[in-house]
Amino acid sequence: MRLTIPSSTSSCDDALVALKNVTCSYGYEVALRDVDLVVKPSDYVGVVGPSGSGKTTLLRLLTGDVSPSAGSVWRAKGLAIGYVPQLETVNWHFPVTVNEVVLMASGSGRVLPWASRQERAAAELILERLGIGELGSRHILELSGGQQQRVFIARALMRRPQLLLLDEPASGVDAATRHDLLHLLRELNTEGVGIVLSTHDLNGLATHLPQLVCLNTEVVAAGPPVEVLRPDVLERTYGAPLEVLEHAGLLLVVDSHHAREQAADPQGVNHT
Amino acid sequence: MDLLEPFQFTFFTNGLIVATLAGALCGLVGVFVVLRGMSYIGHGLSHAIFGGAVASYLLSINFYLGAGVWGIVSTLLISGVSRRRSIGADAAIGVITTASFAIGLVLISRYDSFTRNFEAALFGNVLGVTATDIYVLAGVTAFAGAAIFLRYRALLFTTFDSSVADIFGISTARTDALLSLTLAATVISTMQILGVTLVAAALVIPTVIARMLTNSFSHVVVFSTAIGAASGFVGMNASYHLDVSSGATIVLVSAFVFAVVFLATSRTRGRTHAPARTS
Repeated sequence: MRLTIPSSTSSCDDALVALKNVTCSYGYEVALRDVDLVVKPSDYVGVVGPSGSGKTTLLRLLTGDVSPSAGSVWRAKGLAIGYVPQLETVNWHFPVTVNEVVLMASGSGRVLPWASRQERAAAELILERLGIGELGSRHILELSGGQQQRVFIARALMRRPQLLLLDEPASGVDAATRHDLLHLLRELNTEGVGIVLSTHDLNGLATHLPQLVCLNTEVVAAGPPVEVLRPDVLERTYGAPLEVLEHAGLLLVVDSHHAREQAADPQGVNHT
Repeated sequence: MDLLEPFQFTFFTNGLIVATLAGALCGLVGVFVVLRGMSYIGHGLSHAIFGGAVASYLLSINFYLGAGVWGIVSTLLISGVSRRRSIGADAAIGVITTASFAIGLVLISRYDSFTRNFEAALFGNVLGVTATDIYVLAGVTAFAGAAIFLRYRALLFTTFDSSVADIFGISTARTDALLSLTLAATVISTMQILGVTLVAAALVIPTVIARMLTNSFSHVVVFSTAIGAASGFVGMNASYHLDVSSGATIVLVSAFVFAVVFLATSRTRGRTHAPARTS
């Protein structure tokens, strides 16, 4: 199946990245097959799928870190990309302060090891905006999970990105942090930063995003959550029966066993 | 005991200069080696280059030329072998460097005349340094200092988060190559001074001490260099007055500092290294 992410406000001309018939393999193993995708500044997209479905490969294709085995990737000239890695991959015992993490991505081309006044001012501004302005001299391990995540978002924002990519940003963080993250990303998207994130978290994160791509080596479906979070799409994506419940305008994805239990005692929950 | 007594001897002041310089150089380069989890490569590379040192002596080739070529070939072989997925980098280092070291031992056993130089290469000979050794060490220190100063940002990002550094436009392959070259030059230039067996310690211990003292990367770089230099300086003086091996004393001084700092920071260590990820 080939689908293009629909953009609500932009024309095709202002695409940031476009993948056309992209297949990506590692040796004999196909990670992604025949993917068409266009990302525009107004897009705020979540990529969902099971482990090994190609989510990280898709993000890496967008960054240019991985090259396609077939098909083509087009990027806007001079495209500035910010990337936030999975927090689980960070070496938390590395001796580095919040300021040092943020400043390592300044991209000013400055050769001297120490930051310029402008770089320090830019870092301070971003940290203030993210509510961690007073933590600049702290070690990254001395922060809470939410603060740690904001440090790496701050690092990505130092590049003034047009496209922000986040790999599993909801992984291992609590509901309040997830809520703050959604709020921040929405704000950035409103300012014209295209956002693509991968997530396992269907209920905590994916259902709150404006657009989703369901991925299982190939794109199974793409569009707003109300359109793509359907039992047939989810079964093709995850290879297991899942049902979607709607409660007070919110979608809730559950496995079929739980759905049957809920159906026996619905209390205002409707099946979609 | 007259602490200034040894300074009247040229061989001692020369030795003191090279020991301090070698300590600083190993402390500086060691930061990137240790924080990349490559502590073993210093140990391995010094053993690998030992084979080159023996071969260059027997072939009457300049030590630095022979050992340099041998070191680069060893590094390339390690890199090539470790690319095969079924063989990890640590195993590749183990195979290549011990094989190279074994070549050195075979050559020594075949040619008895090498016995004296063998001991110098293995355990170091600070007091026997020549003018060439001093110039080479000074040149390598200047090169390493300049390389790290000019590529500090790329080295920091690549050391901290190599896979993401690429995405942020940093050439990690070039940065890694520069670090490999600097490391090989460091090992070759300090091997004659500290000895094969002690170079690895000089690369690792100062950084480990600095890491316990600070959580800032820039501070680790400064502290590690200073601790390396101070260990060289103090170790040389101590070895003269105690009449014991210089290379071993330099390493023992840094090991003593490690023990003191480890005990002194044991109370705060638990707090700093507590598990994170709570919101």
